[in-house]
Amino acid sequence: MVPRAEIAHWLAASFALLLGLILLSEVIVGSSVFRQRAWRAYLWPSLALGSGVGLWAITIFSTFSTMHLVAHALWAEAAMIAGAVQIAVVRGKLQSPAWSLVTAGAWLVSGAAFLVHEPSPWLYSRAAFLHHSIGWMLIAAALFPIGEALRPRRLVWSAGFALTFVALAALLYADRDSAPIFGHFGGIVGG
Amino acid sequence: MSSEIATTIPERAARRRTRVSRRQLKALAVQLLGPLTMLTGLVWAVAQPYRIVFLDRDGKGAYDYLAQPPLLVVLVGLLFAIVIAPGLVEDLEKEEHGSAG
Repeated sequence: MVPRAEIAHWLAASFALLLGLILLSEVIVGSSVFRQRAWRAYLWPSLALGSGVGLWAITIFSTFSTMHLVAHALWAEAAMIAGAVQIAVVRGKLQSPAWSLVTAGAWLVSGAAFLVHEPSPWLYSRAAFLHHSIGWMLIAAALFPIGEALRPRRLVWSAGFALTFVALAALLYADRDSAPIFGHFGGIVGG
Repeated sequence: MSSEIATTIPERAARRRTRVSRRQLKALAVQLLGPLTMLTGLVWAVAQPYRIVFLDRDGKGAYDYLAQPPLLVVLVGLLFAIVIAPGLVEDLEKEEHGSAG
């Protein structure tokens, strides 16, 4: 049995929240302390790579519409490429801050995919509203890795990047398959 | 003893104290991230109890038990507090002792 879309979104939200907390903790303690343990240094890139693998699994279940299939496949590719590049950065194989542009590209692709696979207008339902909100938020959040590439090691870029995951988690947790933008259909469709 | 040395020693001590208190603040902030996340999940559970399947079982399947958003938030906070935060605080303390010695 395939899980409902909202359940997949809540699980993805938990993943995003954990990533957000990890990245936020790196901002607080600084990269030198955070990367003292190898497993911690590789955590964020591996999770990005792992989320790409998870998105492929979702792609397999998204065969009900070509647009959903293409959008999830694009996210999967973008997440895996960004994760792989970050692993190379942590290993020291890639050293230029310009590699952050790959992460920015992944955000832009993800944001665009969110926007194009939502056929309904903003105020149609909560799911439509959240798809539009998340899409535009990710496109705006691409500014953080772009900033990191142009002016590296500024707190605002890393903090903004981490908080984007927390905001993404909040929006994904708010998702319902069938609900108005605010409130819930108590007893009719499970709230 | 020159007056230059006499004035720099308290300055150094003050700087060291500032560094230590900054590290303590960082450690506290990291330690608070998990509990604050768990608290958020608990507040959410109280505000929207119908999102906890254990409290509202009618017509719910296995996936509903797996994904109960407020409980997932608590779980993420717990995971962070148990797995990630302690090591970070330990490494912060190690760095503090390293720079002091």
